[in-house]
Amino acid sequence: MKTITNIGKYFIMLRYVFSRPERFKIYKNRVFDEIEIIGLSSIPLVALLSGFMGAVMTLQTAANMDSPLLPIETIGYITRQTTILEFSPTVISLILAGKIGSNIASEVGTMRVTEQIDALEIMGVNSLGYLVLPKIIAGVLTFPFIIILSIATSLLGGLVAGVQSGLVTQEDYIKGLRYWFIPGDINYALVKAVVFAFIITSIASFYGYYTKGGALDVGKSSTQAVVFSSIAILVANFILTNLILL
Amino acid sequence: MIEVVGVNKHFGEAHVLRDINAKFSAGKVNLIIGASGSGKSVTAKCIVGLHEVDTGQILYDGRNFTEMERNDRKEIRKEIGMLFQGSALFDSLTVEQNVMFPLTMFTEMSREEMRERANFCLDRVNLNNKNHLLPAECSGGMQKRIGIARAIAMNPKYLFCDEPNSGLDPKTAIVIDNLIKEITYEYQMTTIVITHDMNSVIEIGDHIIFIHQGQKWWEGTKEEILKTDNQEINDFVYAADFMKEIKEMLGKH
Ligand SMILES: Nc1ncnc2c1ncn2[C@@H]1O[C@H](COP(=O)(O)OP(=O)(O)OP(=O)(O)O)[C@@H](O)[C@H]1O
Ligand SMILES: [Mg+2]
Repeated sequence: MKTITNIGKYFIMLRYVFSRPERFKIYKNRVFDEIEIIGLSSIPLVALLSGFMGAVMTLQTAANMDSPLLPIETIGYITRQTTILEFSPTVISLILAGKIGSNIASEVGTMRVTEQIDALEIMGVNSLGYLVLPKIIAGVLTFPFIIILSIATSLLGGLVAGVQSGLVTQEDYIKGLRYWFIPGDINYALVKAVVFAFIITSIASFYGYYTKGGALDVGKSSTQAVVFSSIAILVANFILTNLILL
Repeated sequence: MIEVVGVNKHFGEAHVLRDINAKFSAGKVNLIIGASGSGKSVTAKCIVGLHEVDTGQILYDGRNFTEMERNDRKEIRKEIGMLFQGSALFDSLTVEQNVMFPLTMFTEMSREEMRERANFCLDRVNLNNKNHLLPAECSGGMQKRIGIARAIAMNPKYLFCDEPNSGLDPKTAIVIDNLIKEITYEYQMTTIVITHDMNSVIEIGDHIIFIHQGQKWWEGTKEEILKTDNQEINDFVYAADFMKEIKEMLGKH
């Protein structure tokens, strides 16, 4: 029951978030600030994770290729497919749901419990538009780049690990990367990135904005933001896969 | 003038405001006093619409705020300045940016003009050369004063101050009281101050409303409050020894 009311409340919130901004210039500056917080600050983590995951994927694939019938290019091919289709868009988004989601929920939640949101409202500012819209825009704009970066570092990690371990040569790996490449897969990854960015930023803002109580409740909101945006990502992933790939 | 007509407010089972009726005139410092937890802050928040009232109405110079749409309310809110009990400064902005914030949102001023206005307001609350600190780097009393500077930045028609001088030293408290009095008279603002500081009551209370357990228990002027024999008021007013002495002195004359 609570979940259903919350879903209703969430969509009502979105209506206010997307109502006309008071001051375009101020919103523009807010978007740039948020791009820094949401996007740029995630780059090191994403690059590190993706590099290592790509490396492990390549090693796992190579180590499990017992059959001599499988061409050696399969290693690069499988690393590429796994990275583009699921690892970079979905797994990285889930990880960022933890990092960015808890960050947004605790920031907005703190503003709620310290009455900063009330202060905005009293001035006649649309607090949802002012606080939440720039976060959503920044997320939706930066996630595709983050996911591309993740794909690139993952494939690079695979290359380095494969060649270093002597399981595959550079030529074979790259041949594998090019093998049967469907550009549509990249679009699929980017669509997922945009959708997941929207889910993370809006759901985390929702739990932050409707925090009631004090500092303890901010912690709770932040946990809920991570849990529910992760669930929403998994559900959306399932739906998108059905819609796009099948 | 702000009119409060028959306002009731519940939080769940708790009946926090019981049929409050009050008129707050322009050009006067109106005080809401009462014990901790009596419902002062909730009253102020109902008046500005941060809490919806269960029944009753709020009128701003005859404009029915309670019945208004969100967008019409915004227009009235641009005429409101409010100091929150916990200051509620934006913690990612500097002192100067906090005071300039409403100006950047709602005026066509140039950066220089805004800065000038912000400095003027900060000057009035005795805060100089702190422009570039963050709120977290300011003391509680300083935060209060920044909150007041931000509340008056737009030259509001209606000014709400929730405990403007709690946490301030006596000297700064007097400065703040005088500031509130001055700007109220100068700009004919409708000012509502929540306080439980008896000094302020005597200093600036043109019109006083005493709230007791969510009800309007008494109302009158600062002269009247010292003379009333209402038990609850006397318990509140003469809780401090120095006030008892004042009463005795008054009695002798
Ligand atoms: N958001 C809320 N939810 C539930 N109850 C609340 C809420 N805000 C206030 N109350 C209750 O309403 C009553 C009045 O609170 P209020 O904040 O108005 O007190 P106050 O008179 O301002 O006290 P103080 O002088 O300590 O600030 C209290 O019993 C409080 O528990
Ligand atoms: Mg209070």
